[in-house]
Amino acid sequence: MPQKRIAGHTIDVDESGYMTNMSQWTKEIASALAKEVGINNLTDKHWAVIEYIQNAVKKGDALTIRSLGKSGIVDTKEFYELFPEGPLKKSTLISGVPKPAGCI
Amino acid sequence: MPAKKRHEKFQKVSIICVRGSLEDVYASLILTNGACLEGIQANLFFTFFGLDAITEKRMDSLHIAAIGNPALRLPGGIPFPTVIGTIPMMESLITSMMKAEMDKLSIPSVRELLEMIRDSGIGHIYACMLAMDMFRLKKSDLWDGVESVLTVGKFYELAAGGPIIST
Repeated sequence: MPQKRIAGHTIDVDESGYMTNMSQWTKEIASALAKEVGINNLTDKHWAVIEYIQNAVKKGDALTIRSLGKSGIVDTKEFYELFPEGPLKKSTLISGVPKPAGCI
Repeated sequence: MPAKKRHEKFQKVSIICVRGSLEDVYASLILTNGACLEGIQANLFFTFFGLDAITEKRMDSLHIAAIGNPALRLPGGIPFPTVIGTIPMMESLITSMMKAEMDKLSIPSVRELLEMIRDSGIGHIYACMLAMDMFRLKKSDLWDGVESVLTVGKFYELAAGGPIIST
């Protein structure tokens, strides 16, 4: 299992850099991961999306651009503004959950 | 063992939708939305019967091709002889069944996908001028998220620097 040093911690990751053990996740790690993908500041809206994603994964719900857009937390436009260039990929990386495997 | 070559990510992709059956339109929509999700700028160009997918009066009622579609079959692999597709309402029934399956997988409707593409900020939707003339359509007949009506030359200009996919 590959590992990564970030924000003073060692975390387990897969080959794409996604966390494989959510219990290791902290807000500091999230902020550091966000900086790595070009998001320098996580606002309350970002954290709301992260929380939504983490809850969805815990419940086993599908994470698609549609479910995010209909979440009531953000719409599609806001989602792309918060996490530009690959919103699903970036938000899941920062949330410490696996990369979504679907096409939508 | 040679090292796996990593290619550079596409910066831009352009997709052409020529047909108006639901399955063909979805191919172009999923490819376009998928590109936007990857941060790839995407141009989606509708021409000929593909214009149905961006015509207000038609875009919510696209159908699966029920006749002359040799791959069509019922769930469970039950064959669907093409002659059955000629029975009235059969095309609508097949389409409803397909849409129900898509809904289970959280696949958005045609209209929703177009909105998502537009709302991404990096997806652009265009209509073909020649096809518009052929079908006697005006821009006001189209869905309001269509950016503009293009000639094929203008499309090539916008597509330059990236691959073009025709679905």
